[in-house]
Amino acid sequence: MKEDDSVLVMGEDVGPKGGVFLATEKLTAEFGEERCFDTPLSEDGIVGVGVGMAMNGMKPVCEIQFQDFIFPAFDQIVSEAAKIRYRSGGQYTVPMVIRTPYGGGIKGGLYHSQSGEAYFAHTPGLKVVIPSTPYDAKGLLIASINDPDPVLFMEPKALYRAFREDVPDGVYEVELSKTRNVTEGGDVAVFCYGAMVPVCADAAKRIKDSRNKDVRVVDLRTLMPLDEESVLQAARDCGRVVIVHEAPRFCGYGAELSALIAERAIESIEAPIKRVAGFDTPFPNTLENYYMPDARRVLDAIEEVLDF
Amino acid sequence: MSELLQILDETGKKVGKAPRVKREVLLQIYRAIVQTRAFDDRCMKLQRTGRIGFSVPNLGIEAVSAGAAAAMDPIRDWFAPYYRDFAMLFYHDVSAEKMFDNMFGNCEDNAVGRQMPVHFTFTEPAKFFSISSPLGTQIPQAVGMAMAMKNRGEDSAVITTFGDGTTSSSGFHSGLNFAGVYKAPIVFLCQNNQFAISCHSDMQTASESYAIKARAYGMPGVRVDGNDALAVYKAVSDAAKRAREGKGPTLIEAYTFRMGGHSTSDDPSRYVDAGLIAKWQKRDPLLRLRNWLIGEGHLTEERADEIANEVAEEIKQAADAAQAKSRPVLGTIFTDVFEKMPSHLEAQMEGCIKHHAERDEAVDEKGEFPL
Repeated sequence: MKEDDSVLVMGEDVGPKGGVFLATEKLTAEFGEERCFDTPLSEDGIVGVGVGMAMNGMKPVCEIQFQDFIFPAFDQIVSEAAKIRYRSGGQYTVPMVIRTPYGGGIKGGLYHSQSGEAYFAHTPGLKVVIPSTPYDAKGLLIASINDPDPVLFMEPKALYRAFREDVPDGVYEVELSKTRNVTEGGDVAVFCYGAMVPVCADAAKRIKDSRNKDVRVVDLRTLMPLDEESVLQAARDCGRVVIVHEAPRFCGYGAELSALIAERAIESIEAPIKRVAGFDTPFPNTLENYYMPDARRVLDAIEEVLDF
Repeated sequence: MSELLQILDETGKKVGKAPRVKREVLLQIYRAIVQTRAFDDRCMKLQRTGRIGFSVPNLGIEAVSAGAAAAMDPIRDWFAPYYRDFAMLFYHDVSAEKMFDNMFGNCEDNAVGRQMPVHFTFTEPAKFFSISSPLGTQIPQAVGMAMAMKNRGEDSAVITTFGDGTTSSSGFHSGLNFAGVYKAPIVFLCQNNQFAISCHSDMQTASESYAIKARAYGMPGVRVDGNDALAVYKAVSDAAKRAREGKGPTLIEAYTFRMGGHSTSDDPSRYVDAGLIAKWQKRDPLLRLRNWLIGEGHLTEERADEIANEVAEEIKQAADAAQAKSRPVLGTIFTDVFEKMPSHLEAQMEGCIKHHAERDEAVDEKGEFPL
């Protein structure tokens, strides 16, 4: 916001309160109400107004308080923001970011825990970015704000307070559509993103300790457009693949990854591609830890593909 | 609230205080309506002969679009119209040929043949934002455009238009609510043409009018005779002035009647009483304006005939020129999804082009749109 006057932040409670997760804390005090402001409780209004601002020279960063509340804005995201460049032949463009906390782990029940990334990754014209570390969160967010196309920036809320990491001062970008190898390895490729990244890293460490196998944990970071070559390379190098997400399995993002690998790297695959995912049920409250994949479930899948 | 702003009565006699309007502006409004009728008529024929897939008749509502367009500035203002607003484009000199390029979805269509006909998009000669099929989506977007103007301290405003049916959409509520809260410099123009496809206005609201809804959003609501171009011009001018002065938005309801079907695929005789059509025929917006212009000495019968002939020729030539153009090339399916084409789209594009290059078979292009 210091670098570019056209960047502004809008959403419910993002002003003086600083957002329910304090992600926008002190921004109104520093940049004023013109640059960081509260909005009416209206998701399609927040995104629709953001779309109009983006088309007219601003770079809005709109917050949807919980991803579970995004669906009133689905039309504005899927049919408008994502399609305006296409339907106007590039005359109008929508360089906006929609930030939204997603996923489980905070005892939020059905409506504060969902992972809807597959709905959005399915939408041509929309980028979907999910960081898993503080360093990436900053670098990917800046890259998203500078991107000429609309970006849905999904923040794993389970990680907001999970750990600390030094983040450089000043502006830097983490390039979109580039995966990150969390661990190096050639025995099993584990694809994951968001809050599942530390879970998978934990599972990788355990299998190293127990069986001396090296797992390549790949943090996808951008789901659309996907870094397909890095995914295929990891699949080919390892020959055994596990895909992990907390969203329900059926038609989840893992299905696309699995199909991609099956279509283009089947000759290298030595075991069935395993998915570890949330169940095909709504997200439970009391029993959420039994719903979300944990290191034990990931470990089981890794052992299954190793032992096939 | 139910008071209807009217300046010209059904015969073209002045019954209200006429705004000061330059003669060129009046004649341009008149011409835009004539152009719209000729364009409309041509589109209907092209659709009936299978040359274009679809159009939406504008007959009866043209004074709303033309009068409103005249009140806005093509240089600094933005327009977020809906699909039944042809005269708005004609008033600001969008070329008929560029409009026909969209009707045919040809290689020079600004929308690159990706949208159905009547989904225009222009940045020149004015910012006419790309039309969407889902209703009401442009309303909060137009508010965002206006808020960006306000944020930069510009002396400009936005006009967005929609039909009476769209007042039931979430976009109408969200947009007017935001505009009221932030005092956005915008004019909301509801073209109450009394039907949303086949559903009468009574089905959209239990309010006594659409204009009265403004009260709930903290802005003035104005009800105007939509078949009176002068009255529409006055209402929109006042609202635009108010917006520019930082006083916030206005909702205008232009009461009019859609003389044709919803679209070329619609048969209004199934749901519109013939007597109602006859009643509104007497309120024809073109005839009313023409009578007044002639009475005021701004126009003569001879000049009106000349305009009609010029426009007929212009529209015919434009349609012929657009029809002669080729389709967009195959690769345009894949461009403009993102600014930079990702590798998976490059691969799909190459595959698609190769597939069709290897097979010299015509692709079946039949298809009739039902709405």
